[in-house]
Amino acid sequence: MAHNGLLIQYDWCTGCHACEVACKQEHNFSEGMVGIKVDEVVSTAPDKVYVDYMPYTTRFCDLCTERTKSGEQPACVKHCQATCITYGTITELAKLMEKQPRSSIFAPK
Amino acid sequence: MAKSKENIVLSTLWSAGCGSHGGCGCEIYVQDGKVTRVEGDKNHPFNQGRLCAKGLAISQYMYHPDRVLYPLKRVGERGEGKWQRITWDEAYDTIEKKLKDIRTKYGAESVIFCQGTGRDIGGPITFLMYAYGSPNWVQVGLAGHACYTPRLGAMFATQGQYSVADCSQFLEKRYDSPEWTPPKYIIMWAQNPAAGCHDGFYGHWIIDCMKRGSKLITIDPRATWFTTRSEVHLQNRPGTDGAIALGMLNVIINEGIYDKAFVEKWCYGFDELKERVQEYTPEKVEKISWVPADLIRKAARLYAKNKPSAIQWGEPVDAMPAGSVVAQAINHLWAITGNIDNPGGNVIARNSHGVTTYPFSSAELTKLYGADLVKKLNEKRIGANDYPMIKNFRGWVQPDVLINQLETGKPYPVKGAWIQTSNILGGQAADPRRHYNAMKKLDFIVYVDLFQNPTSMALADIFLPAATICEKESFRSWWQPLGVSVKAVNGVGEAKSDWDINLELAKRLATTPIKYNTVRELIDDRLKDGNTNFEKLKAKGCWEYPPEGHNTRPYYRYEKGLLRTDSKPGFETPSGKVELFSKRYEEWGLDPLPYYEEPKESPTASPDLAKKYPLILTTGRRSPVFFHSEHRMIPWLRELDPFPMCEINDKTAATLGIDNGDWVYIENTRGKVKMKAKVTPTSHPQVVTAPHGWWLPETDGKEPNLFSTWEYNINNLTSMGNQAKSGFGGTDYRSSLCRVHKIEGGKE
Ligand code: SF4
Ligand code: SF4
Ligand code: SF4
Repeated sequence: MAHNGLLIQYDWCTGCHACEVACKQEHNFSEGMVGIKVDEVVSTAPDKVYVDYMPYTTRFCDLCTERTKSGEQPACVKHCQATCITYGTITELAKLMEKQPRSSIFAPK
Repeated sequence: MAKSKENIVLSTLWSAGCGSHGGCGCEIYVQDGKVTRVEGDKNHPFNQGRLCAKGLAISQYMYHPDRVLYPLKRVGERGEGKWQRITWDEAYDTIEKKLKDIRTKYGAESVIFCQGTGRDIGGPITFLMYAYGSPNWVQVGLAGHACYTPRLGAMFATQGQYSVADCSQFLEKRYDSPEWTPPKYIIMWAQNPAAGCHDGFYGHWIIDCMKRGSKLITIDPRATWFTTRSEVHLQNRPGTDGAIALGMLNVIINEGIYDKAFVEKWCYGFDELKERVQEYTPEKVEKISWVPADLIRKAARLYAKNKPSAIQWGEPVDAMPAGSVVAQAINHLWAITGNIDNPGGNVIARNSHGVTTYPFSSAELTKLYGADLVKKLNEKRIGANDYPMIKNFRGWVQPDVLINQLETGKPYPVKGAWIQTSNILGGQAADPRRHYNAMKKLDFIVYVDLFQNPTSMALADIFLPAATICEKESFRSWWQPLGVSVKAVNGVGEAKSDWDINLELAKRLATTPIKYNTVRELIDDRLKDGNTNFEKLKAKGCWEYPPEGHNTRPYYRYEKGLLRTDSKPGFETPSGKVELFSKRYEEWGLDPLPYYEEPKESPTASPDLAKKYPLILTTGRRSPVFFHSEHRMIPWLRELDPFPMCEINDKTAATLGIDNGDWVYIENTRGKVKMKAKVTPTSHPQVVTAPHGWWLPETDGKEPNLFSTWEYNINNLTSMGNQAKSGFGGTDYRSSLCRVHKIEGGKE
């Protein structure tokens, strides 16, 4: 069976945290548990300070098995306010990734 | 027992729950009479399936164990936290009696009607207030009325109507609409749009536009995700935005890169503006604002030479010294470049279909309540007689005048307060201690909200439990589209909607009979302006855009005679043009042209004070997971932003011996407030940035602690009485002086 995953174009991630709450709501996770996290990454060049955000999946991401079974998008994918997360097979995502710089693929399962 | 099937209810968000100004379309999942989750509605053009963190946490907000579910009456002293559950009948009877007594003894004007942020509350609160006969509609403690109204007032004076950056939100096909084009540049002026939907503008529309080619120019004292991606970042000294706007006008006018045809045909007072901006050379503005002159030139040229371009602005503009003047200067930027009501510019924004939910102008108030009533009420409206702009624009009390009146009882005493979804002491008010002292003396205070908070604990005599957006019917016409909110479940506990509560009390208190039996009748009556009704909108998925050719639909309405009441081409201003020299400002005794005013407290204005307090404090930094003082008790959200954090530059922190994560005091002449330090190069070396509205719901709510509001609420460092000449703007929320030091010997 094809392996699924998430492609995250992290350059578009604004750090709004919607994906994290979407995931918590979907799974009714208790404190400390969540399938995706977003970190702020600050880098400093001589003339400019850069602020980026880096979403990454955790051990609790089940790729929204319940939702995807019925053809729904994972909760984080649907609600990502910057529309920067794509769900699909790793093969498809790898193809997409070639055209999308500054992205990462997660295969949580 | 087997669970029944989930049912999905479509609705519109803009009230308690997610809390913000909203407009998101949502799917509310209901099972066995309970909301199980809330998701975005993919078919809703506003958010296209997305929701922010606050929207996704609505179910946790609704069923939170601390939510107040029944009417309460205070049985101990104010602040003792002793409450007794009562019935709605008892609550209504008590309120009716007390408010009638006050009206008989002191006049209806001695009761103030207090709201917080701009969501659907603006409709029901004005409805109840006018029924009762009071003119005093107020956001208590909001110094200089610094939240959108100064910007709205400036736009009303300048161009007759309001404008917002055009991200296709006025068209149902959104980004696919053939008549829309993305702005070439978007100036992000003093706002972090990623945090939510301020002023009804879904922040991530900016990202949508960036993906379609829009480039950014950002004016922000901090480095952010947006400044990182901006072609130009003007990292300015807080409070100097007015100088930057004037400097950009100087460049655009002197280099002749404005839209000459538009200015010639549609603007009034260009020569006067040209003369005025001469003194604001980029070099002079650099000295004021810290922004290099060449960057000001670059920003001005990119904006003016790339049409269409748009400006999206934030609340700090209102809070500037002379906020309505800063807003005027920024308005002039889009006016002289012809970026008005054009696709991808600053499109004229009118309430959808001409329906009024929340009155945004004097004209709407007059339409709903009649010219006679509005005129009569203006005579006693607090602050209206001191400030012609306050008197002639919308129907608000001037909050800095109110606090004096609360204290002195002059020209008449204030005896009662109806406070509805407004955490005055814990978030909204500058100098909350002063408001606490003044409001404690009132004879009678009704508080309508969903949770206890510092304000309800300190002040309420009767607490009425309000419903979240999922538990009520409401309607929304704030810009586009026209929408309804559908009741997915009954009020949790005995919670009732603001509209239900206020209609019931309006019936009991009105001096002339209320024509509506039910809220539905009222909503349908108001929706008549849009040729529709609640059920029709609901059947359509809860939203509708106005038809082609409607005067609330873009573009170029000034050419088509769709903006003026007399149907002539042009703008709804005295001259019929965009007034760069404002006749309305002149009529109101104000300078008709924009100018720069320095913050009262700054290294320039108060150098001696700056020796003792060398850092500039700017407050009100938004969190994407909270709205103002709300949501601190919601576990899914609090986990993401657990502490009040001030941002301080790494090099500055090093000289002060402050490490990342240390607890520090931010201190100025008005007091000190505790926060954790986030030590970061994103902060300017001379600027400290603090979030507002922090209180700790997990700590003791009773006095003197009041949920720790005195310790963590940054507004304890702000003051009242700095209002500008117009009465709008001129506060120290965004620019004052402070020092920061580590709290020795302990984490707390
Ligand atoms: S795919 Fe589902 S489980 Fe995984 S992070 Fe997204 S929402 Fe959470
Ligand atoms: S929802 Fe999207 S934009 Fe927001 S934090 Fe998550 S990945 Fe980033
Ligand atoms: S963006 Fe605004 S309306 Fe939408 S969910 Fe968030 S707070 Fe609510």
